[in-house]
Amino acid sequence: MEIGAYSFGDTQRNSDGSLRSTTEAIANLFEAIKHADAQGLDYFGVGEHHTATMPASSPGAMIAAAAAATGQITLGSAASIIGTDDPVRIFQQFAIADAISGGGRVEITAGRGSSVETFPLFGHSLEEYDELYAEKLDLLMTINNATSENVTWSGTVRPALEDLAVVPRPASGKLPIWLATGGNASSSARAGQLGLPVSYGIIGGAPHRFAPLAELYRRSGAAAGHAPETLKVSVGALGFVAPTKKEALERFYPGWHNLNVEMGRLRGWPAPDKRAYLAQADAPGAYYVGSPDEVAERIAHLHGHLGHMRHFLQMDIGGIPQEQLLESITLLATEVKPRVARLLAQK
Amino acid sequence: MDIGEQELTASRGTIGILGAGRVGTAIARLAVAAGYRVKIATSKPAAENALIIEIVTPGAEAVDAAEAAGSDLVVVAVPLHKYKSVNADALAGRVVVDAMNYWSVTDGDIADFEADDRSSSEVVAAHLSASRVVKSFNHIGYHEMEPDSAAPGTADRRALAIASNDAAAKEQVSAFIDALGFDSVDAGDLASGRAFEPGTDVFNGRFNADELSVKLHTSLVAA
Repeated sequence: MEIGAYSFGDTQRNSDGSLRSTTEAIANLFEAIKHADAQGLDYFGVGEHHTATMPASSPGAMIAAAAAATGQITLGSAASIIGTDDPVRIFQQFAIADAISGGGRVEITAGRGSSVETFPLFGHSLEEYDELYAEKLDLLMTINNATSENVTWSGTVRPALEDLAVVPRPASGKLPIWLATGGNASSSARAGQLGLPVSYGIIGGAPHRFAPLAELYRRSGAAAGHAPETLKVSVGALGFVAPTKKEALERFYPGWHNLNVEMGRLRGWPAPDKRAYLAQADAPGAYYVGSPDEVAERIAHLHGHLGHMRHFLQMDIGGIPQEQLLESITLLATEVKPRVARLLAQK
Repeated sequence: MDIGEQELTASRGTIGILGAGRVGTAIARLAVAAGYRVKIATSKPAAENALIIEIVTPGAEAVDAAEAAGSDLVVVAVPLHKYKSVNADALAGRVVVDAMNYWSVTDGDIADFEADDRSSSEVVAAHLSASRVVKSFNHIGYHEMEPDSAAPGTADRRALAIASNDAAAKEQVSAFIDALGFDSVDAGDLASGRAFEPGTDVFNGRFNADELSVKLHTSLVAA
């Protein structure tokens, strides 16, 4: 089981609650990725996000920089919002990062995005939401599956490519392309039909409820003739690790609170409720917050339901202090990961 | 299935669900568990949904939209921007539950729903002009439906609001909601549905019937 982290960038806050610079947030993220690599974490994902509190707007740029500064960790987007970007550009950026990584450490995860900022930002119409996503995924796969530099493709949301070079090619011929989904059944079926690995973003509710979706994914993939070993499942969720559960709950709460205040202002939600936080942070809730033992046990338990091959946590939300993030990454890599391996070996 | 279960199914009737997303499939699972015959349809042919329905909502049937529309009660849970793709003629005379929301923060602006301050269900009802539209199920998270479902009489049982211009349709939906595991509270006519749309206390909270009555009343008085 691979253990990892993901981030949208996390802007630090002053003691009066005001935001510090987004420059610092990117520098912190860069440091966190290098630290994760040094500690032995398997995966780090950078999620495209376009807000002052979460400024990792360009995963391709971030991952190219990280590829040069790391040695073993797998790097990917978590996710790239492909409907409002250009698949040619996404592919080129990640193929370059792949080359810089030494080859074979860079992945793309294609998603829809849970909010709609990218539509006005890049000048797209929400009325084309479904068409943009479907066609651009098709183009991204066409480029990835091409047997030479030259690609031919046509659709309705973007000008056609007629035997045009898209370079560079990835070191191993193709980049892993994952499909991100928040739990819509047809998205799981589609991932299976396309034979793409699927990444579940689980941000609320009991994660084991995704078990039927994983089954749907695998059976859809098998029905379409894809080999079982190509049908991989990963899980991204909120979480935080500290020496004790008490410390983990205390360290993660202020950032969780800040994030929910901000989301509430935007979406008309009520003030965050600490009871809801505590409920989600206990089994079978969605947050993997606890000591290394507890987090490892919960990941292994979920594996019994989903059979996933990678579990990765978003730990830096709402201005979590950088030193606490780095400690959580250390514990995830050096304490949680071996415990999960041990628990799964016992099964 | 034993004889008792068959009788239950026969007595409960048939529920059609348009939309196999997270809301539609959660309602479908509850309805199957309650003993209804459940038919689910999307814009795709039934065969393309068969595997999804078999795994995600075991016991329900994947059907074409026209067949689902012929059910005793039809739940519409499609992405709101596609509401005009729902065939209004096929739903003429039917009791239709509108479980959808207009939430521009996550869905973007949709012109039909920005034009005036009607409840989104009034806009939907204008399209489904021959149907008996009831607004409900929109203010509970899809991931809360199954954990919060409870037998009638359970202390502090969660309640769902209903709004419609058709009293008999409301009664039918109220019985359906009860069978699925919730109390219901009548908010009034379809325009009163505004009291439990995104941004309201009701939309954001979890309430039993008494609490919900107070919240709805307060909201409608304030409006």
